[in-house]
Amino acid sequence: MHIPDGFLTTPLWLSLDVVSVPVVGWCGRRAQAGTDESKAPLLGLMGAFVFAAQMINFPVAPGTSSHLLGAALLAFTVGPAAAVVVMTAVLSLQALVFQDGGLLALGANVFNMAVCGVLAGYLPYRYWGAGRLRRAAVFLGGALSVFVAATLAITELLLSGIRIPGAALGASLLVFAVSALIEGTITVAVLEALERINPSWVETRPGQARPAMGLLALASVVLVTVGVLFASAAPDGLEKLAVRAGINERARALMETPLAGYEVAFFSGSWAAKAGAGLVGLALAGALGWALARVIGRRRRV
Amino acid sequence: MAALIEVHNLRFRYPDGTEALRGVDFRLEGRETVALFGPNGSGKTTFVLHLVGLLRGEGEIRICGLPVEKEHLKTIRSRVGIVFQDADVQLFMPSVLEDAAFGPLNLGLPEAEAKRRARRALEQVGMAGAAEKAPYHLSAGEKRRVALAGVLAMEPEILILDEPTTFLDPPGREALLSLLQGLPQAKFLVTHDVEFALALAGRAVFFEEGRIVGEGPVAEVARKHQWTVNQRRFFSGAQTG
Amino acid sequence: MHHVVLDEWSRRTSPVHRAEPRGKLLGALAFLVCVATAPRIEVPQFGGYLLLVLAGISLAKLPVVPVIARAAVVLPFSGVFAVMSAVAGDTDRAMAVVVKSYVSALAVLLLVATTPLPRLLRAAERLGAPRMVIVVVQFLYRYLFVISEQAQHMRQAARCRGELARRRSAGWRARFRAAAGALAVLFGRSYERAAAIHQAMLARGFDGRIRSLAPPAGSATGWWLPAAAALVAVAIRLAHRMEFPWPL
Repeated sequence: MHIPDGFLTTPLWLSLDVVSVPVVGWCGRRAQAGTDESKAPLLGLMGAFVFAAQMINFPVAPGTSSHLLGAALLAFTVGPAAAVVVMTAVLSLQALVFQDGGLLALGANVFNMAVCGVLAGYLPYRYWGAGRLRRAAVFLGGALSVFVAATLAITELLLSGIRIPGAALGASLLVFAVSALIEGTITVAVLEALERINPSWVETRPGQARPAMGLLALASVVLVTVGVLFASAAPDGLEKLAVRAGINERARALMETPLAGYEVAFFSGSWAAKAGAGLVGLALAGALGWALARVIGRRRRV
Repeated sequence: MAALIEVHNLRFRYPDGTEALRGVDFRLEGRETVALFGPNGSGKTTFVLHLVGLLRGEGEIRICGLPVEKEHLKTIRSRVGIVFQDADVQLFMPSVLEDAAFGPLNLGLPEAEAKRRARRALEQVGMAGAAEKAPYHLSAGEKRRVALAGVLAMEPEILILDEPTTFLDPPGREALLSLLQGLPQAKFLVTHDVEFALALAGRAVFFEEGRIVGEGPVAEVARKHQWTVNQRRFFSGAQTG
Repeated sequence: MHHVVLDEWSRRTSPVHRAEPRGKLLGALAFLVCVATAPRIEVPQFGGYLLLVLAGISLAKLPVVPVIARAAVVLPFSGVFAVMSAVAGDTDRAMAVVVKSYVSALAVLLLVATTPLPRLLRAAERLGAPRMVIVVVQFLYRYLFVISEQAQHMRQAARCRGELARRRSAGWRARFRAAAGALAVLFGRSYERAAAIHQAMLARGFDGRIRSLAPPAGSATGWWLPAAAALVAVAIRLAHRMEFPWPL
């Protein structure tokens, strides 16, 4: 989901640009291994592969087809840091040459797909890829990469005040879930095909299996992502919940607080609180991602 | 005077165990042009990659007297220029001029000198006008010429060409032939194109299953190993059928 | 392929093409910021922005209709959200989303259609973009066409096989597996091509740092045009709202 220019509010696209640059720069230096740029041809060709791969249609049911995003597959083959660089390169080219995604919004798209998508995709593999749950880990990685990236995008749109009625939001999430499952399936199929042709292309020892840690990390990612989504769509969701639970009156009182009056408040200043809540959530996701990246980095150095 | 290329008992095994080279001895002296024939998979390209240290086997290789070892690689790679079969893989810079200048810049030459050499090499191959073009706008023959320019810009003493006539149409082949005939370097030609070799090379070696099994004048080696298109055998079927 | 057309446009000559790439990049960014920070769509303001971009397109001697049409690729996406906003009663937002996304896309298109991509990337690097990403994009762009062509051929071949399979009722599952296999082969070819490129680089003395010629030293005049355009955009922006409203 490539966000064009003109959708996101200034603090949002600006802060995501500011966050993305050092993260991508750091990954670039890691992929570079010092000043050695030998990996550049490989990463460039992998980017071309992703582009070309997105042209190949996968029939997923009679009449419908989908295509690969690639973030997870890249993470399992060239590693997460390099995968971030490749996805960033792909997104940059898509924005510049195909006007797919805005230029100011590039930071947001990079954050969603290249950084969080790769990280969320790599997590299950990192903790479960070495054991019997490998296939499930690969599938989950593929699914999570798409789901997290898409959910973050929708969240950012909501935070910017874009109207998405409940029904459309629900439908979108459903579509994301289906796309996620498809990505997982494609990723498993392609990775297994790769292993048959040449096992050295695939990262076979992603680190010892640590199921508990994996579960925790996974849960955090999902919770933060979904949590931020609901926070930004709060009024609708909370209201429904409140009515259901019969605590409508109390809920109303609660809602008179900063998150109240979604439509009007947007233009009269409580936007700051809402945006603040959302940004904090995003910052949390970002910090989590960064911390996890450090953990991964430390392991790989060993 | 040391030979330009001296190879003693070169052996090489791929990681999966296949023996690609089983004791190759070879010598290239002075300004000669040598052709390398042999079936696909006989080890020709593998052999050639050893000469610039892209593959490391057992045995002795000396280029211009220097052993092919890590500390000499930079010098060796400036003395031996390889033009690979796939020209697309060698033209990786955004423009023709930048690509031709890649080698000289890696040699540590200052930019002005690198540019000068690049332009001169492009002139030598007749592609001076394409200096600002992007590589993907060139035809197969043009790409091959630019790849050659990239190598010539390093001013090597030995030129190795791996299947230089592939994808070239007859005029392209002719052009390449006269171009190569005009170059002073010693040349090592890996090719299936016997006519081309006859026109350029003074002698030939024949590779088979990782060894050199024949050596001598080009026509003789080709005939002895039946390495030529037997026109009568090809066309007799059409007459009767 | 789409990028072939853009590549051809970017190699023409005109005052815009000759302008300094860094200037054009900065100018485009300034324009985009003006558009992005505008609080609502007012015809004078956005008419001004549109005129500015159209002036750029004609000064660049680009074919106007194809350029305008190409930027419209952003409209389906924006349109959906515009409709949702309009239905919810927020027509301001509906307009904003459509107009801003289109004008921004047009501006980026003008930038890329007047600057060959390698030079644009070099400009970005000089302005501080991470080097590794820049270098990777260079290689990506260089081999994009080659790999895409391979994918096209595979798709056609697969379609032929798919046709046969459908007739034999092999079903979509078989085609799925075939597509996965095709991707794996494509991956392999890309990987091996990268290895061959690396070998070719080593053979010409590559030691880890990719060296290339410095871009031609631009004269000071190369900055005039983009600076002027940026100033016009900023002037339009400031003339319409003296305060700098953060929402939107």
